[in-house]
Amino acid sequence: MATATAANSNRRIAMLKVLNPFHIWALGVGIVLVGEFMGWNFTVGKGGAYASLIACWVIGLLYTCVAMIDSEVTSTVAAAGGQYTQAKHIIGPLMAFNVGLYLVMAYTMLCAADAWVVGYLMQTGAAVMGFADLDTRPFAILTVAFLAWLNYRGVFMTLTINLVITFLAFMALVVLFFAVDPFSQGVVLQHQGLLTDLPYGWIGVIASLQFGMWYYLGIEGTCQAAEEVRSAGRAIPLGTLGGMLTLLVAATITWFVASGLMPWQYLGQAVTPMYDAATLLGSSKLQLMLFVATAFAAIASANGCINDASRAWFSLARDRYIPVFFGAIHPSYRTPYRAIIFLVPIAISFAVTPLLDQVITFSILSGLLGYTFMTFNMLKFRKMWPLGSIHRGYIHPFHPLPAITLLVLCIATYFATFLGYGATLLSIMAFYIMASIWFVLQRYQFVKRADQFTMPWPRPKGY
Amino acid sequence: MSKNYTPPNQSLFGQIFDSILILALVYASLMLPLLMKEDAKAEEPTVAAEVVVNTWESLGQNEVMQAQWVKLGHNPDSAAAIINNRFDYTIDPMMLLITILVVVGYFVVMLKVSDKQYREVIAEKFDN
Repeated sequence: MATATAANSNRRIAMLKVLNPFHIWALGVGIVLVGEFMGWNFTVGKGGAYASLIACWVIGLLYTCVAMIDSEVTSTVAAAGGQYTQAKHIIGPLMAFNVGLYLVMAYTMLCAADAWVVGYLMQTGAAVMGFADLDTRPFAILTVAFLAWLNYRGVFMTLTINLVITFLAFMALVVLFFAVDPFSQGVVLQHQGLLTDLPYGWIGVIASLQFGMWYYLGIEGTCQAAEEVRSAGRAIPLGTLGGMLTLLVAATITWFVASGLMPWQYLGQAVTPMYDAATLLGSSKLQLMLFVATAFAAIASANGCINDASRAWFSLARDRYIPVFFGAIHPSYRTPYRAIIFLVPIAISFAVTPLLDQVITFSILSGLLGYTFMTFNMLKFRKMWPLGSIHRGYIHPFHPLPAITLLVLCIATYFATFLGYGATLLSIMAFYIMASIWFVLQRYQFVKRADQFTMPWPRPKGY
Repeated sequence: MSKNYTPPNQSLFGQIFDSILILALVYASLMLPLLMKEDAKAEEPTVAAEVVVNTWESLGQNEVMQAQWVKLGHNPDSAAAIINNRFDYTIDPMMLLITILVVVGYFVVMLKVSDKQYREVIAEKFDN
């Protein structure tokens, strides 16, 4: 047999430790940056331009808490699966199974949305060149298939490509920022004439929190690479917190430029707002740059999502939470290749579906459930292994303030999701409840109990 | 000292069945709101009363806004379709209560069951 199944092989093939902090930055920012090019602007539609800015900073605070908590736990629990592996060691198998599913669903759905975006961009570009009604589906399918192949062949090349295209996409936003003459109001930017009061009042601000997550959704995916970095204790905190700073800058730039160029009603429903911003400036070079940058951002995001979803799926299989068949590592490329291949048709099937808004909501809500878990996880982690009892790669300050803040902001975002997609929220909760029942009644019998705790730590306090 | 739990081996058919089951659950949860048609209703923007003649002034657009709409390729009629789309944030208290119970109940039960399972893991790991 040419391959090895990690779960039942005595000679485990490990993934390669080849990544550095820049790759971690590229993985985190790469997944998210597409949200600065499109998607974030739905916050404007939900509550107006100022609501969007408030959402940008409030959700920015939520993700700063996520990054702080994640950096501490991941630099201590350095294994593929990220939050899933954390849950396994700190909360228990059922929570771990759910967290693994959150990760797989959040990233697979996000990958599907990214692939759809690439298809839409190709259709838009073709229309500009006189070829109307181009079918978007072949582009979406090709995007997922090509990126899956890249992921199959090795993590170093995959994330090096992400580093390059993510950096170029980010620089396009910086160029756009300077192109609008940002320090001279009324010349290009028209904030005085375009900004209005809150059109829905404060309820609109809360509603905008749901799509506010689009500014940063996926940054926590950095810890999926914990088993493949040379130094987890250094690379994960550096890459994650550096990525958060980059995203805060990018989010502020996008809001500032777009809200100074477009009426909020238009901005709130635009599919490609940054491309529209370049179009308004009347420069074909800027237009082309933003077209390419949006495509790069979408591809980088889909690429990172395949990387993260496959690691989470692989980790679930390695621990027998799902069929062990998926817990194999390629003997040459050292990638979780069966998990990568399995998720391809799923991502494609959602990329060509008419259910895009629900696919996005599935992704957002799965992410939100994961952030809620992090609050319990952090509180229990410090209680079960107090500072000094085990080696931590990084210790986040002000504990338990970040965990409590995160929980409060998660509750507000659940309410925002209820306001916009109440039935979808319930049906997605039904999915996780059904999956949990299946796990307890059927799947847990295949799990080796003692194998769920692999860290060289002392017995946790209270157990 | 108790003996460690030895799980059974799962057959290939069982593995395939479990994979398909998870997939079916994902698709079902995405299709459910469509079948219920509730989301479509909730997200359907309430269209304002019929506007016979749309002007920039009647749409509440100042000169700066008008100029940007025109640059974006819109006239008052096409812009009206976008501007008059409004979200309805009316809260149904019963639905809100159900949602709170579902989300809170989900986490409470999961933490309880996880804790029970975790104790088994710790006992096997550290006692045997």
